[in-house]
Amino acid sequence: MSADSARIPRLARGLKFRFDGVRGAWVLLGPERLFLPDAAAVAVLQLIDGARDLGGIVDALAQQFDAPRAEIAADVAALLDDLTARGAVAW
Amino acid sequence: MVAPPYGIVLELTHRCPLQCPYCSNPLRLERAADELPTATWCRILEQSAALGVLHAYFSGGEPMARRDFFDILRHASGLGLYTNLITSAVLLDADALREAVAAGLDHVQISFQDVGAADSDRMANYAGAYAKKRAAAELVRAAGLPLTLNFVVQRDNIARVPQMLALAEAIGAERVEIANVQYYGWALLNRAALLPTRAQLDAATAAVLAARARLRGRMVIDYVVPDYYAVEPKACMGGWARQLLTVSPAGRALPCHAAETLPGFDWPSLRTQPLAEIWQNSDAFTRYRGTEWMPEPCQSCARREIDWGGCRCQAFALTGDAARTDPACALSPDHALMQLAAEAAERPPPDLVYRRLGAALTPAE
Repeated sequence: MSADSARIPRLARGLKFRFDGVRGAWVLLGPERLFLPDAAAVAVLQLIDGARDLGGIVDALAQQFDAPRAEIAADVAALLDDLTARGAVAW
Repeated sequence: MVAPPYGIVLELTHRCPLQCPYCSNPLRLERAADELPTATWCRILEQSAALGVLHAYFSGGEPMARRDFFDILRHASGLGLYTNLITSAVLLDADALREAVAAGLDHVQISFQDVGAADSDRMANYAGAYAKKRAAAELVRAAGLPLTLNFVVQRDNIARVPQMLALAEAIGAERVEIANVQYYGWALLNRAALLPTRAQLDAATAAVLAARARLRGRMVIDYVVPDYYAVEPKACMGGWARQLLTVSPAGRALPCHAAETLPGFDWPSLRTQPLAEIWQNSDAFTRYRGTEWMPEPCQSCARREIDWGGCRCQAFALTGDAARTDPACALSPDHALMQLAAEAAERPPPDLVYRRLGAALTPAE
Protein backbone atom coordinates (compact mmCIF):
# COMPACT_ATOMS: atom_id res chain seq x y z
CA MET A 1 0.00 0.00 0.00
CA SER A 2 2.81 2.41 0.81
CA ALA A 3 4.17 2.20 -2.75
CA ASP A 4 0.69 2.90 -4.11
CA SER A 5 0.27 5.86 -1.75
CA ALA A 6 3.08 7.72 -3.45
CA ARG A 7 1.59 7.36 -6.91
CA ILE A 8 0.16 10.56 -8.36
CA PRO A 9 -3.07 10.41 -10.37
CA ARG A 10 -3.86 13.02 -12.97
CA LEU A 11 -6.66 13.58 -15.41
CA ALA A 12 -5.90 11.80 -18.67
CA ARG A 13 -4.94 13.83 -21.71
CA GLY A 14 -7.82 15.95 -22.96
CA LEU A 15 -10.04 15.42 -19.90
CA LYS A 16 -11.80 18.48 -18.49
CA PHE A 17 -13.48 18.60 -15.09
CA ARG A 18 -15.84 21.51 -14.83
CA PHE A 19 -19.06 22.77 -13.33
CA ASP A 20 -22.04 22.76 -15.67
CA GLY A 21 -24.18 25.75 -14.83
CA VAL A 22 -27.20 24.50 -16.79
CA ARG A 23 -27.46 21.22 -14.86
CA GLY A 24 -26.02 22.58 -11.63
CA ALA A 25 -23.59 19.67 -11.49
CA TRP A 26 -19.93 18.81 -11.99
CA VAL A 27 -19.13 17.01 -15.22
CA LEU A 28 -15.99 15.27 -16.49
CA LEU A 29 -15.59 15.73 -20.23
CA GLY A 30 -13.28 13.74 -22.48
CA PRO A 31 -12.92 12.70 -26.11
CA GLU A 32 -16.47 11.81 -27.16
CA ARG A 33 -17.25 10.90 -23.62
CA LEU A 34 -18.99 12.29 -20.61
CA PHE A 35 -18.84 11.21 -16.98
CA LEU A 36 -21.44 12.40 -14.51
CA PRO A 37 -19.63 11.88 -11.20
CA ASP A 38 -21.61 11.38 -7.99
CA ALA A 39 -20.80 13.41 -4.87
CA ALA A 40 -18.09 11.00 -3.70
CA ALA A 41 -16.39 11.01 -7.10
CA VAL A 42 -16.58 14.80 -7.27
CA ALA A 43 -14.80 15.01 -3.91
CA VAL A 44 -11.98 12.82 -5.24
CA LEU A 45 -11.74 14.57 -8.62
CA GLN A 46 -11.48 17.97 -6.90
CA LEU A 47 -8.33 16.73 -5.15
CA ILE A 48 -6.61 15.53 -8.34
CA ASP A 49 -4.23 18.31 -9.27
CA GLY A 50 -1.28 16.46 -10.77
CA ALA A 51 0.81 17.04 -7.62
CA ARG A 52 -1.07 15.40 -4.75
CA ASP A 53 -0.36 11.67 -4.40
CA LEU A 54 -2.87 8.96 -3.57
CA GLY A 55 -1.94 9.04 0.11
CA GLY A 56 -2.49 12.78 0.22
CA ILE A 57 -5.91 12.44 -1.40
CA VAL A 58 -6.96 9.80 1.13
CA ASP A 59 -5.68 11.95 4.03
CA ALA A 60 -7.60 14.97 2.81
CA LEU A 61 -10.82 13.01 2.39
CA ALA A 62 -10.50 11.26 5.75
CA GLN A 63 -10.26 14.68 7.34
CA GLN A 64 -12.99 16.22 5.24
CA PHE A 65 -15.52 13.46 5.96
CA ASP A 66 -14.23 12.49 9.42
CA ALA A 67 -14.23 8.85 8.34
CA PRO A 68 -11.87 5.88 8.95
CA ARG A 69 -8.83 6.17 6.70
CA ALA A 70 -8.86 2.51 5.60
CA GLU A 71 -12.46 2.77 4.46
CA ILE A 72 -11.74 5.93 2.46
CA ALA A 73 -8.59 4.38 0.98
CA ALA A 74 -10.51 1.38 -0.35
CA ASP A 75 -13.24 3.54 -1.88
CA VAL A 76 -10.77 5.91 -3.52
CA ALA A 77 -8.69 3.04 -4.91
CA ALA A 78 -11.77 1.42 -6.45
CA LEU A 79 -12.96 4.69 -7.97
CA LEU A 80 -9.59 5.59 -9.45
CA ASP A 81 -9.11 2.07 -10.79
CA ASP A 82 -12.45 2.36 -12.60
CA LEU A 83 -11.65 5.81 -13.99
CA THR A 84 -8.24 4.53 -15.11
CA ALA A 85 -9.79 1.61 -16.97
CA ARG A 86 -12.19 4.02 -18.68
CA GLY A 87 -9.34 6.26 -19.80
CA ALA A 88 -10.27 9.23 -17.61
CA VAL A 89 -7.36 9.04 -15.16
CA ALA A 90 -3.68 8.34 -15.79
CA TRP A 91 -0.70 7.94 -13.42
CA MET B 1 -39.19 20.14 -18.72
CA VAL B 2 -37.25 17.82 -21.01
CA ALA B 3 -33.62 17.18 -20.03
CA PRO B 4 -31.23 18.99 -22.39
CA PRO B 5 -29.02 17.12 -24.88
CA TYR B 6 -25.43 16.32 -23.97
CA GLY B 7 -24.08 16.57 -27.49
CA ILE B 8 -24.71 18.05 -30.90
CA VAL B 9 -23.40 16.54 -34.15
CA LEU B 10 -22.76 19.27 -36.69
CA GLU B 11 -22.67 17.87 -40.20
CA LEU B 12 -21.07 20.98 -41.64
CA THR B 13 -21.06 19.65 -45.19
CA HIS B 14 -21.65 16.49 -47.18
CA ARG B 15 -18.64 17.27 -49.36
CA CYS B 16 -15.84 14.75 -48.83
CA PRO B 17 -12.72 13.79 -50.78
CA LEU B 18 -13.39 10.13 -49.92
CA GLN B 19 -16.05 7.91 -51.49
CA CYS B 20 -16.46 5.15 -48.88
CA PRO B 21 -19.33 2.87 -49.91
CA TYR B 22 -20.55 2.55 -46.30
CA CYS B 23 -20.98 6.26 -45.65
CA SER B 24 -23.77 7.01 -43.17
CA ASN B 25 -24.78 10.11 -45.11
CA PRO B 26 -28.11 10.00 -46.94
CA LEU B 27 -28.12 8.74 -50.54
CA ARG B 28 -29.32 12.17 -51.61
CA LEU B 29 -26.32 14.29 -50.62
CA GLU B 30 -26.72 17.96 -49.79
CA ARG B 31 -25.12 20.36 -52.26
CA ALA B 32 -22.65 23.07 -51.24
CA ALA B 33 -25.05 25.84 -52.26
CA ASP B 34 -27.58 24.59 -49.68
CA GLU B 35 -25.16 24.61 -46.74
CA LEU B 36 -25.67 26.96 -43.80
CA PRO B 37 -23.57 30.13 -43.70
CA THR B 38 -20.95 30.67 -40.99
CA ALA B 39 -23.09 32.99 -38.88
CA THR B 40 -25.91 30.44 -38.64
CA TRP B 41 -23.56 27.69 -37.46
CA CYS B 42 -22.24 30.10 -34.84
CA ARG B 43 -25.75 30.94 -33.69
CA ILE B 44 -26.60 27.22 -33.43
CA LEU B 45 -23.52 26.73 -31.25
CA GLU B 46 -24.60 29.60 -28.99
CA GLN B 47 -28.08 28.12 -28.64
CA SER B 48 -26.56 24.71 -27.94
CA ALA B 49 -24.36 25.93 -25.11
CA ALA B 50 -27.26 27.85 -23.59
CA LEU B 51 -29.47 24.76 -23.75
CA GLY B 52 -26.91 22.60 -21.93
CA VAL B 53 -24.99 20.88 -24.72
CA LEU B 54 -21.50 19.89 -23.54
CA HIS B 55 -20.00 18.22 -26.61
CA ALA B 56 -19.80 19.56 -30.16
CA TYR B 57 -18.96 16.96 -32.79
CA PHE B 58 -17.78 18.43 -36.08
CA SER B 59 -18.63 15.90 -38.73
CA GLY B 60 -19.86 15.63 -42.29
CA GLY B 61 -18.87 14.72 -45.01
CA GLU B 62 -15.46 16.09 -44.29
CA PRO B 63 -15.93 19.07 -41.95
CA MET B 64 -12.54 20.50 -42.91
CA ALA B 65 -13.79 20.91 -46.47
CA ARG B 66 -15.53 24.05 -45.23
CA ARG B 67 -13.30 27.11 -45.65
CA ASP B 68 -14.74 28.61 -42.46
CA PHE B 69 -14.17 25.46 -40.37
CA PHE B 70 -11.65 27.13 -38.06
CA ASP B 71 -13.95 30.12 -37.46
CA ILE B 72 -16.80 27.82 -36.47
CA LEU B 73 -14.46 25.74 -34.30
CA ARG B 74 -13.11 28.84 -32.56
CA HIS B 75 -16.64 29.95 -31.80
CA ALA B 76 -17.50 26.60 -30.23
CA SER B 77 -14.38 26.58 -28.06
CA GLY B 78 -15.08 30.13 -26.93
CA LEU B 79 -18.48 29.01 -25.70
CA GLY B 80 -16.86 26.33 -23.50
CA LEU B 81 -18.06 23.41 -25.62
CA TYR B 82 -15.82 20.33 -25.77
CA THR B 83 -14.86 20.18 -29.42
CA ASN B 84 -14.42 16.89 -31.29
CA LEU B 85 -13.24 16.80 -34.89
CA ILE B 86 -14.45 13.69 -36.73
CA THR B 87 -12.32 13.65 -39.83
CA SER B 88 -10.97 11.64 -42.74
CA ALA B 89 -7.73 13.58 -42.04
CA VAL B 90 -6.77 13.90 -45.69
CA LEU B 91 -6.92 17.70 -45.27
CA LEU B 92 -5.25 17.66 -41.85
CA ASP B 93 -1.69 18.77 -42.62
CA ALA B 94 0.69 20.53 -40.21
CA ASP B 95 -0.65 24.03 -40.93
CA ALA B 96 -4.25 22.96 -40.54
CA LEU B 97 -3.55 21.20 -37.25
CA ARG B 98 -1.71 24.27 -35.92
CA GLU B 99 -4.70 26.43 -36.77
CA ALA B 100 -7.11 23.95 -35.20
CA VAL B 101 -5.10 23.84 -31.97
CA ALA B 102 -5.02 27.64 -31.90
CA ALA B 103 -8.80 27.61 -32.36
CA GLY B 104 -9.14 25.47 -29.22
CA LEU B 105 -9.72 22.00 -30.62
CA ASP B 106 -10.02 19.41 -27.83
CA HIS B 107 -9.92 16.05 -29.63
CA VAL B 108 -9.36 14.48 -33.03
CA GLN B 109 -10.94 11.29 -34.32
CA ILE B 110 -9.41 9.98 -37.55
CA SER B 111 -11.27 7.41 -39.60
CA PHE B 112 -9.32 4.51 -41.08
CA GLN B 113 -10.73 2.26 -43.77
CA ASP B 114 -8.17 -0.49 -43.18
CA VAL B 115 -4.52 -1.15 -42.32
CA GLY B 116 -2.22 -0.83 -45.32
CA ALA B 117 -2.40 1.64 -48.18
CA ALA B 118 -3.71 -0.61 -50.96
CA ASP B 119 -6.83 -1.93 -49.19
CA SER B 120 -7.49 1.35 -47.43
CA ASP B 121 -7.24 3.56 -50.50
CA ARG B 122 -9.35 1.18 -52.54
CA MET B 123 -12.18 1.33 -49.98
CA ALA B 124 -11.99 5.15 -49.85
CA ASN B 125 -11.50 5.32 -53.63
CA TYR B 126 -8.78 7.92 -53.00
CA ALA B 127 -5.14 7.25 -53.87
CA GLY B 128 -2.80 8.36 -51.09
CA ALA B 129 -5.47 8.69 -48.40
CA TYR B 130 -3.88 6.13 -46.07
CA ALA B 131 -0.47 7.83 -46.08
CA LYS B 132 -2.13 11.16 -45.26
CA LYS B 133 -4.07 9.60 -42.39
CA ARG B 134 -0.95 8.04 -40.91
CA ALA B 135 0.90 11.34 -41.16
CA ALA B 136 -2.00 13.25 -39.61
CA ALA B 137 -2.19 10.79 -36.71
CA GLU B 138 1.49 11.39 -35.97
CA LEU B 139 0.95 15.15 -36.13
CA VAL B 140 -1.95 14.96 -33.67
CA ARG B 141 0.19 12.81 -31.39
CA ALA B 142 3.06 15.29 -31.55
CA ALA B 143 0.70 18.21 -30.84
CA GLY B 144 -0.41 16.51 -27.62
CA LEU B 145 -4.11 16.38 -28.43
CA PRO B 146 -6.09 13.27 -27.50
CA LEU B 147 -6.39 10.97 -30.50
CA THR B 148 -8.99 8.39 -31.45
CA LEU B 149 -8.55 6.06 -34.39
CA ASN B 150 -11.84 4.89 -35.85
CA PHE B 151 -11.57 1.70 -37.87
CA VAL B 152 -14.66 1.00 -39.93
CA VAL B 153 -15.04 -2.75 -40.09
CA GLN B 154 -16.78 -4.80 -42.77
CA ARG B 155 -16.47 -8.15 -44.49
CA ASP B 156 -13.36 -7.29 -46.46
CA ASN B 157 -11.21 -6.05 -43.55
CA ILE B 158 -12.66 -7.68 -40.44
CA ALA B 159 -9.95 -10.36 -40.41
CA ARG B 160 -7.42 -7.56 -39.85
CA VAL B 161 -8.87 -6.32 -36.54
CA PRO B 162 -5.74 -7.52 -34.66
CA GLN B 163 -3.56 -5.43 -37.00
CA MET B 164 -5.86 -2.43 -36.52
CA LEU B 165 -5.46 -2.67 -32.75
CA ALA B 166 -1.69 -3.05 -33.14
CA LEU B 167 -1.52 0.06 -35.33
CA ALA B 168 -3.50 2.12 -32.80
CA GLU B 169 -1.18 0.92 -30.05
CA ALA B 170 1.93 1.70 -32.11
CA ILE B 171 0.71 5.22 -32.87
CA GLY B 172 -0.13 5.66 -29.19
CA ALA B 173 -3.80 6.59 -29.52
CA GLU B 174 -5.62 6.76 -26.20
CA ARG B 175 -8.74 5.45 -27.82
CA VAL B 176 -9.63 3.21 -30.72
CA GLU B 177 -13.02 2.37 -32.13
CA ILE B 178 -13.45 -0.96 -33.83
CA ALA B 179 -16.75 -0.04 -35.38
CA ASN B 180 -18.59 -2.45 -37.58
CA VAL B 181 -20.45 -0.64 -40.31
CA GLN B 182 -23.95 0.37 -39.28
CA TYR B 183 -26.32 -0.31 -42.12
CA TYR B 184 -27.90 3.01 -43.07
CA GLY B 185 -27.54 5.22 -46.11
CA TRP B 186 -24.83 4.02 -48.48
CA ALA B 187 -24.00 1.09 -46.21
CA LEU B 188 -27.51 -0.31 -46.46
CA LEU B 189 -27.30 0.02 -50.23
CA ASN B 190 -24.09 -2.05 -50.14
CA ARG B 191 -25.06 -4.40 -47.33
CA ALA B 192 -24.80 -7.60 -49.34
CA ALA B 193 -21.13 -6.83 -50.00
CA LEU B 194 -20.23 -5.44 -46.57
CA LEU B 195 -21.92 -7.48 -43.84
CA PRO B 196 -19.45 -9.96 -42.31
CA THR B 197 -20.33 -13.54 -41.50
CA ARG B 198 -21.04 -14.71 -37.97
CA ALA B 199 -17.73 -16.58 -37.87
CA GLN B 200 -15.81 -13.47 -38.96
CA LEU B 201 -17.54 -11.40 -36.30
CA ASP B 202 -16.82 -13.94 -33.55
CA ALA B 203 -13.10 -13.89 -34.40
CA ALA B 204 -13.04 -10.07 -34.30
CA THR B 205 -14.85 -10.05 -30.95
CA ALA B 206 -12.30 -12.43 -29.48
CA ALA B 207 -9.45 -10.21 -30.68
CA VAL B 208 -11.06 -7.12 -29.16
CA LEU B 209 -11.69 -8.77 -25.79
CA ALA B 210 -8.10 -10.02 -25.59
CA ALA B 211 -6.70 -6.59 -26.47
CA ARG B 212 -8.98 -4.90 -23.94
CA ALA B 213 -7.67 -7.09 -21.15
CA ARG B 214 -4.06 -6.54 -22.23
CA LEU B 215 -4.33 -2.76 -22.73
CA ARG B 216 -6.52 -1.93 -19.73
CA GLY B 217 -5.70 1.54 -18.42
CA ARG B 218 -3.56 2.36 -21.49
CA MET B 219 -5.94 2.39 -24.44
CA VAL B 220 -9.73 2.46 -24.43
CA ILE B 221 -11.25 0.16 -27.04
CA ASP B 222 -14.81 0.88 -28.10
CA TYR B 223 -16.40 -1.94 -30.03
CA VAL B 224 -19.52 -1.71 -32.16
CA VAL B 225 -21.07 -4.87 -33.59
CA PRO B 226 -23.52 -5.10 -36.49
CA ASP B 227 -27.14 -5.22 -35.36
CA TYR B 228 -27.64 -8.22 -37.61
CA TYR B 229 -26.01 -10.55 -35.09
CA ALA B 230 -27.52 -8.94 -32.01
CA VAL B 231 -30.07 -10.42 -29.64
CA GLU B 232 -30.94 -7.10 -28.05
CA PRO B 233 -31.17 -3.88 -30.07
CA LYS B 234 -28.80 -0.97 -29.46
CA ALA B 235 -30.10 2.08 -27.62
CA CYS B 236 -29.76 4.10 -30.79
CA MET B 237 -28.56 7.65 -30.01
CA GLY B 238 -29.24 6.82 -26.34
CA GLY B 239 -32.96 6.98 -27.19
CA TRP B 240 -34.82 9.23 -29.61
CA ALA B 241 -34.17 12.89 -28.71
CA ARG B 242 -32.83 12.09 -25.25
CA GLN B 243 -29.08 12.80 -25.38
CA LEU B 244 -28.01 13.93 -28.83
CA LEU B 245 -29.11 15.68 -31.94
CA THR B 246 -27.70 16.14 -35.43
CA VAL B 247 -27.80 19.18 -37.68
CA SER B 248 -27.73 18.52 -41.42
CA PRO B 249 -25.59 20.70 -43.71
CA ALA B 250 -28.70 22.64 -44.69
CA GLY B 251 -29.65 23.26 -41.05
CA ARG B 252 -32.34 20.71 -40.39
CA ALA B 253 -32.45 19.49 -36.79
CA LEU B 254 -32.60 15.70 -36.61
CA PRO B 255 -32.78 13.23 -33.71
CA CYS B 256 -30.13 11.20 -35.56
CA HIS B 257 -28.12 11.49 -38.75
CA ALA B 258 -30.24 8.93 -40.62
CA ALA B 259 -33.58 10.41 -39.60
CA GLU B 260 -34.16 12.12 -42.93
CA THR B 261 -34.80 8.67 -44.41
CA LEU B 262 -38.08 8.57 -42.44
CA PRO B 263 -41.20 9.70 -44.30
CA GLY B 264 -43.98 11.75 -42.76
CA PHE B 265 -41.80 14.24 -40.91
CA ASP B 266 -41.47 17.97 -41.32
CA TRP B 267 -37.93 18.38 -40.04
CA PRO B 268 -37.51 21.66 -38.16
CA SER B 269 -35.01 24.12 -39.58
CA LEU B 270 -32.46 25.89 -37.41
CA ARG B 271 -32.38 28.65 -40.01
CA THR B 272 -35.71 29.85 -38.66
CA GLN B 273 -36.50 28.06 -35.38
CA PRO B 274 -34.64 28.22 -32.05
CA LEU B 275 -32.96 25.01 -30.89
CA ALA B 276 -34.58 24.92 -27.43
CA GLU B 277 -38.05 25.08 -28.95
CA ILE B 278 -37.22 22.33 -31.43
CA TRP B 279 -35.70 20.10 -28.76
CA GLN B 280 -38.55 20.46 -26.32
CA ASN B 281 -41.70 20.77 -28.37
CA SER B 282 -41.32 19.90 -32.04
CA ASP B 283 -43.31 16.99 -33.43
CA ALA B 284 -40.12 15.52 -34.87
CA PHE B 285 -38.34 15.37 -31.52
CA THR B 286 -41.29 14.33 -29.38
CA ARG B 287 -42.78 11.65 -31.64
CA TYR B 288 -40.62 8.73 -30.46
CA ARG B 289 -39.25 10.23 -27.26
CA GLY B 290 -39.84 8.13 -24.14
CA THR B 291 -41.98 4.99 -24.13
CA GLU B 292 -45.58 6.02 -24.90
CA TRP B 293 -45.26 5.49 -28.65
CA MET B 294 -44.01 1.94 -28.26
CA PRO B 295 -45.82 -1.09 -29.67
CA GLU B 296 -45.59 -4.54 -28.14
CA PRO B 297 -43.29 -6.32 -27.41
CA CYS B 298 -41.49 -3.08 -26.38
CA GLN B 299 -44.34 -1.58 -24.35
CA SER B 300 -44.31 -4.27 -21.65
CA CYS B 301 -40.58 -5.07 -21.93
CA ALA B 302 -38.35 -4.71 -18.88
CA ARG B 303 -35.66 -3.23 -21.14
CA ARG B 304 -37.81 -0.49 -22.65
CA GLU B 305 -35.88 2.25 -20.84
CA ILE B 306 -32.54 0.57 -21.57
CA ASP B 307 -32.68 0.20 -25.34
CA TRP B 308 -35.64 2.55 -25.98
CA GLY B 309 -37.01 0.20 -28.64
CA GLY B 310 -33.80 0.25 -30.67
CA CYS B 311 -33.47 2.25 -33.85
CA ARG B 312 -36.40 3.95 -35.63
CA CYS B 313 -34.49 4.33 -38.89
CA GLN B 314 -33.60 0.65 -38.96
CA ALA B 315 -37.20 -0.31 -38.19
CA PHE B 316 -38.34 1.78 -41.14
CA ALA B 317 -35.57 0.67 -43.50
CA LEU B 318 -36.31 -3.01 -42.92
CA THR B 319 -40.06 -3.11 -42.26
CA GLY B 320 -41.41 0.08 -43.82
CA ASP B 321 -42.80 1.23 -40.46
CA ALA B 322 -40.67 3.45 -38.19
CA ALA B 323 -42.89 2.74 -35.18
CA ARG B 324 -42.26 -1.01 -35.12
CA THR B 325 -39.85 -2.73 -32.76
CA ASP B 326 -36.31 -2.69 -34.16
CA PRO B 327 -35.90 -6.01 -36.03
CA ALA B 328 -32.49 -6.34 -34.31
CA CYS B 329 -34.38 -7.44 -31.19
CA ALA B 330 -34.88 -11.19 -30.90
CA LEU B 331 -38.40 -10.46 -29.61
CA SER B 332 -39.34 -8.50 -32.74
CA PRO B 333 -41.85 -10.22 -35.05
CA ASP B 334 -39.55 -9.10 -37.89
CA HIS B 335 -36.32 -10.54 -36.48
CA ALA B 336 -36.13 -13.11 -39.31
CA LEU B 337 -35.20 -10.21 -41.65
CA MET B 338 -31.86 -9.96 -39.87
CA GLN B 339 -31.23 -13.67 -40.36
CA LEU B 340 -31.95 -13.38 -44.09
CA ALA B 341 -29.35 -10.63 -44.41
CA ALA B 342 -26.87 -12.68 -42.40
CA GLU B 343 -27.37 -15.63 -44.74
CA ALA B 344 -26.59 -13.34 -47.70
CA ALA B 345 -23.26 -12.56 -46.02
CA GLU B 346 -22.20 -16.17 -46.75
CA ARG B 347 -22.51 -15.58 -50.51
CA PRO B 348 -20.00 -13.86 -52.84
CA PRO B 349 -20.23 -10.06 -52.59
CA PRO B 350 -21.76 -7.93 -55.37
CA ASP B 351 -19.86 -4.86 -56.64
CA LEU B 352 -19.73 -1.86 -54.33
CA VAL B 353 -21.52 1.40 -55.13
CA TYR B 354 -19.15 4.20 -54.15
CA ARG B 355 -20.47 7.32 -52.44
CA ARG B 356 -20.73 10.25 -54.82
CA LEU B 357 -23.35 12.74 -55.83
CA GLY B 358 -25.95 10.92 -57.85
CA ALA B 359 -24.30 7.48 -57.71
CA ALA B 360 -27.10 5.85 -55.74
CA LEU B 361 -29.82 7.15 -58.02
CA THR B 362 -28.90 4.64 -60.71
CA PRO B 363 -29.29 1.16 -59.23
CA ALA B 364 -26.19 -1.04 -59.58
CA GLU B 365 -26.57 -3.92 -62.04
